[in-house]
Amino acid sequence: MPIQYYIFFCLALFSIGVVGVLTRRNAIIVFMCIELMLNAVNLLLVAFSKMYNGLALQNGASATAGIDAQIFVFFIMVVAAAEVSIGLAIIVMMYRNTHSIDINFLNRLKN
Amino acid sequence: MNVLEIIFYALSAFALVCAIMVLISKNPIHSVLWLILVFFAISGHYILLNAQFLAIVNIIVYAGAIMVLFLFVIMLINVKKDSEPQKQLFVKFTGVIAGGSFLTLFISLVKQAMPLVGKTVPLKEGTIGLIHPLGKALFNDYVVPFEISSVLFLSAMVGAVLIGKK
Repeated sequence: MPIQYYIFFCLALFSIGVVGVLTRRNAIIVFMCIELMLNAVNLLLVAFSKMYNGLALQNGASATAGIDAQIFVFFIMVVAAAEVSIGLAIIVMMYRNTHSIDINFLNRLKN
Repeated sequence: MNVLEIIFYALSAFALVCAIMVLISKNPIHSVLWLILVFFAISGHYILLNAQFLAIVNIIVYAGAIMVLFLFVIMLINVKKDSEPQKQLFVKFTGVIAGGSFLTLFISLVKQAMPLVGKTVPLKEGTIGLIHPLGKALFNDYVVPFEISSVLFLSAMVGAVLIGKK
């Protein structure tokens, strides 16, 4: 499978995430669109690692070339899990204070 | 067109349709359920790339833990269905135009990129996605970041409890 197809697919997913962040007002939906963008980038990292590994195998390099990208994806998932727990805690706190999760209403960082 | 390409196209189309449904569904709970389907499609892509460890971790962490957290929060704060006031049509239109121009720009860039020509991704083969090489790399070269991530989780837990309490 040519690498361009994976790039096009991941770009489409990422753009859907960007459109969601720009057009929705619900803070939770915005957060979910950010998760979608993170996943698109993860998939692209894995595709590039497989591409690099295939090239290295053709050239007779070591069989584990390109494994770093998959480790990076693992760490991205770790950081995303921590980020989601903090972000949702912040959203719950904001809802408790203002009774709204509308991001147009929350754009003042005051009161 | 062999069966792997058919699987690739089917999974991609399924993921894109589900991702668009995440955007256009009004009820946040439906958005969460569509997003879980997107994650399953992406896990299918990982399996197609023979990255089995990441496929399982993606299902467990994203579709299992993170999405359950989203569902809990949505049910906890009890958003009324019509409580989200719609943005003006102008803002929506502008957002779609901005995202579409982003996509067009990058697609044209990738189409012109000479270093990518002729590079292929081997599907359903290769061993770097299996647990054995990944575990060796994780606990030899990346053991310090692995330990630091545990400290990150601890601080995230403390922070979430501190913010959520009150």
